[in-house]
Amino acid sequence: MNSLPNVAHAPSSELLRVDGVRKAFPKPDGGELLVLEGVNLALAEGQIVGLLGRSGSGKSTLLRLIAGLDEPSGGQLSFSGRPIAGPASGIAMVFQSFALFPWLTVFENVALGLEAQHMPKAEIRKRSLAAIDLIGLDGFESAYPRELSGGMRQRVGFARALVVQPDILLMDEPFSALDVLTAETLRTDFLDLWTERRLPIKGVILVTHNIEEAVLMCDRILVFGSNPGRILGEIPVSLPQPRKRLDAKFRDLVEHIYVVMTSRPSDAAPGARGERFPRITVGTVLPRVSSNLLSGLIETVAAPPFGGTADLPKIASDLQMEIDELFPVAETLQVMHFAEVGGGDIRLTAEGMAFANATLDERKRIFARHLLNYVPLAEHIRRVLDERASHAARKSRFVDELEDFMTEDDAEQSLRAVVSLARYAEVFAYDDEHEMFSLENPT
Amino acid sequence: MGGGAMTRFEPFAFVRELASRWDAIAIIVVIGLLVFFAEASRGLFEPLSRLQALPLSLAPANLPVYAARTTLRMFVAMALSLLFTFTYATWAAKSERAEKILVPILDILQSVPILGFLSVTVVFFMSLVPGRVLGAEFAAIFVIFTSQAWNMAFSFYQSLRTVPDELREAAASFHLSPWMRFWRLEAPFAMPALLWNMMMSMSGSWFFVVASEAISVGHTNIALPGVGSYIALAIEHRSLRAIGWAIVTMLIVILAYDQLIFRPLVVWGDRFRLDQEQGGLVPSSWALTMLQRSRLVGGVHSLFNALLRWTLREPAAAAPPVPVARSGSGRRAGLLWFVLLVLLVLLAAWRIARTLIVATTLHEALAVAELACLTLLRVVVLIALASLVWVPVGVWVGLRPRAAAIVQPVAQFLAAFPSNLLFPLVVFLIVTWKLNPDLWLSPLMILGTQWYILFNVIAGAAAMPMELRYATRNLGVRGALWWRRVALPGVLPYYVTGAITASGGAWNASVVAEVVRWGSLTIHAHGLGAYIAEATDAADFHRIILGITTMSLFVVAVNRAFWRPLYYYAERKFRLS
Repeated sequence: MNSLPNVAHAPSSELLRVDGVRKAFPKPDGGELLVLEGVNLALAEGQIVGLLGRSGSGKSTLLRLIAGLDEPSGGQLSFSGRPIAGPASGIAMVFQSFALFPWLTVFENVALGLEAQHMPKAEIRKRSLAAIDLIGLDGFESAYPRELSGGMRQRVGFARALVVQPDILLMDEPFSALDVLTAETLRTDFLDLWTERRLPIKGVILVTHNIEEAVLMCDRILVFGSNPGRILGEIPVSLPQPRKRLDAKFRDLVEHIYVVMTSRPSDAAPGARGERFPRITVGTVLPRVSSNLLSGLIETVAAPPFGGTADLPKIASDLQMEIDELFPVAETLQVMHFAEVGGGDIRLTAEGMAFANATLDERKRIFARHLLNYVPLAEHIRRVLDERASHAARKSRFVDELEDFMTEDDAEQSLRAVVSLARYAEVFAYDDEHEMFSLENPT
Repeated sequence: MGGGAMTRFEPFAFVRELASRWDAIAIIVVIGLLVFFAEASRGLFEPLSRLQALPLSLAPANLPVYAARTTLRMFVAMALSLLFTFTYATWAAKSERAEKILVPILDILQSVPILGFLSVTVVFFMSLVPGRVLGAEFAAIFVIFTSQAWNMAFSFYQSLRTVPDELREAAASFHLSPWMRFWRLEAPFAMPALLWNMMMSMSGSWFFVVASEAISVGHTNIALPGVGSYIALAIEHRSLRAIGWAIVTMLIVILAYDQLIFRPLVVWGDRFRLDQEQGGLVPSSWALTMLQRSRLVGGVHSLFNALLRWTLREPAAAAPPVPVARSGSGRRAGLLWFVLLVLLVLLAAWRIARTLIVATTLHEALAVAELACLTLLRVVVLIALASLVWVPVGVWVGLRPRAAAIVQPVAQFLAAFPSNLLFPLVVFLIVTWKLNPDLWLSPLMILGTQWYILFNVIAGAAAMPMELRYATRNLGVRGALWWRRVALPGVLPYYVTGAITASGGAWNASVVAEVVRWGSLTIHAHGLGAYIAEATDAADFHRIILGITTMSLFVVAVNRAFWRPLYYYAERKFRLS
């Protein structure tokens, strides 16, 4: 699988190994919440490995385990043959929100890691200036982060990580907080330095939810699935650098990744009865998706040129949505039987088409029926309210119930999600000030 | 200074989860401590009773020296408060176990009337030090310390608990030692809020500096050289001229403090702010600009940096494997801690029972409760009146940037000015016109603290987004509807912050405002403040403790029942973020 014709870095010795790693957090009731299971990974010298997945797939958790910022609940992580216990020297990290110290200048931010190593002052100065120079920050040494644009701030983030001359560079969605153009410039600059072998690092692990970014930068992509976080598949990328987004092979790879990411667990498990629609339970964490997005996506897929079936990569680029935004919407439609998602496509069901062509009132009726039929949490809340003489219930009652299945934050999020959908469908009301569910709508 | 861009003091942000169950324990511990102090003082009282008052003079030429002594006391107390903040708050933030008891104790201490401390501690401190003046200095400094330390410690604790995860992780992944992490990450991160609270503390504590210099407990009269003692002497001699001199002196001192310390520090603290966007009014200070351009100060600064760097270079202990986690379990240590805590609470409870409960008759308790209700009534009415006046004024000013730029510093200046210097003037009027003290002494309680309402409301109105204001104008929202739907909800979170400070200050001031003197004439109002003041005069430690305890309980109850719910409500519903 690993025959990459990478001219610059011939794969040789192994830098990092992750064996059967598992991560779980304790729940208040004594059980545990599994966020990562059975993860295996190897990083060889000269490689960029991408961890691709949506938020909640545990890819950032894995990165923090590798960085030694957290401990696994099971399994082994080793760096250059030694087990990882605490932040290892030789592994440096670039953060999504830059994580610069606002009270330190560019130079002081970069020098911080060397200061921590108690290096002589002259040496700190020499190395810091070299890193600043390398990453294109010359002239900005005395600036404070607040004076810099987002792109320049992340350059500081890179310089700060590179100056300690790590073997492995960990990147946690380093370009996702930047605008499209700035992100592209920074990616290109980084790839140039990497392919010209001007960086001190031997390997890179990149966490991203941007499929094109993964294909553009990585030699190997590990696709992560959710609940619990696990590796769905591994995709080698053998296109030569510099890669072109419009290249047919590039597009094929992007399409292929969409197919892997939309494959259902039942497809993967041989012998399991394939179901068209995934069933969820009261205990499933619901993503926060607005009803505007749901009806918007239905309308887009129903309208020409798609006419009911659309290619997800095409939709994503048309609507300028990242998978982190698009997938939760598509999957909610699937759960609610408005659409089927698979093979990198989204296909509206008969009800989905009916919804698209309905008036506002009809839409609300259809939506209410589907919500109560296919989202168990909505159905549960509605039933409790129906059964009670007062037709009212406290929010804390449902939070307590949900916390048997999920964290407090997830319970909060799921309730907010179901409230938002239920308000659109007018199946029950919620008063946030008093934290009460009821059947009455405000007059 | 840019009111809107300021880091606000958030009274309750962290106590919420912790306060509930541990409150009772904290109350017992704090009252137990007070009882302990009082008992210790009672034993030491006799041999010190004939202490001579220090010779003071009403000659205005002495005032610069007195002012310097007064200011020095303030700064010594501030240094102690900082020391306390860095240790107590850090301990509470780093140890889950300690946090459970330390935070509620801090919360209760905030509610104890500060001037009550003075009577309890002055004799104690004087007995500790052979040179008696030094002991009295310690007592005064301790009072000033108690007026400064609590909210500073709170703010620091709060900041340490909210250091962003990514910065924490960055510090860990670059192998910063705990010592280095504290100075490079945690302390700078906490700096803006801490500086703001330091400034608020200092402003508030001028009042207590003045009040703590001249005190008599029983036959022990202490007059430390300072502006406060000068005023006390002027009152004794019924000299309006001397009082005028003292007021002018203090105006100059506060002006210098405002320009040379308050502003430069707040402006300097701005660089530590985490939200990196430049927004709102950028505060400025001529003094800071001057300092930054001066070579001498630059030299001192780099010397300090070099020193810091040197301590950072000390070989640090190996970093723990998971530095993100806080220190926690450990079964035996936990058990030991628990046993210690139980013993401490039992000891405190026993002390309280022996000294306070057994010796108090039901009749006396009821009488004290009635006096407390009278003072409570005064505080409520005064806060309501002050709000009626200052909220509309504050909104009006805050919406006009030019007016705000002038009024805001003035309001902050007035909040810092020790209002007890003005008391004699009011008393003079009451005596001259034979007014009813129960009514006319009341305004003294809020003379100094009403400004907190004003400048917080100004800040709130100034922070209202421009687009929101355009929208209301566009919709033609005016008059009563505008006040009800736009202005009042917009400033509510800020108003509540200011009103909490003002009401706490009013309770404190009642101890000096309900009993006042003019020459040999003493004027009483009925209230808990007067009760405590009279008990202090008579050196009746049992009544002092009873009074302080009652007042603390009332303040805690009012905070829990009224201010805290209102604060959360305002934060949740009306915070424009």
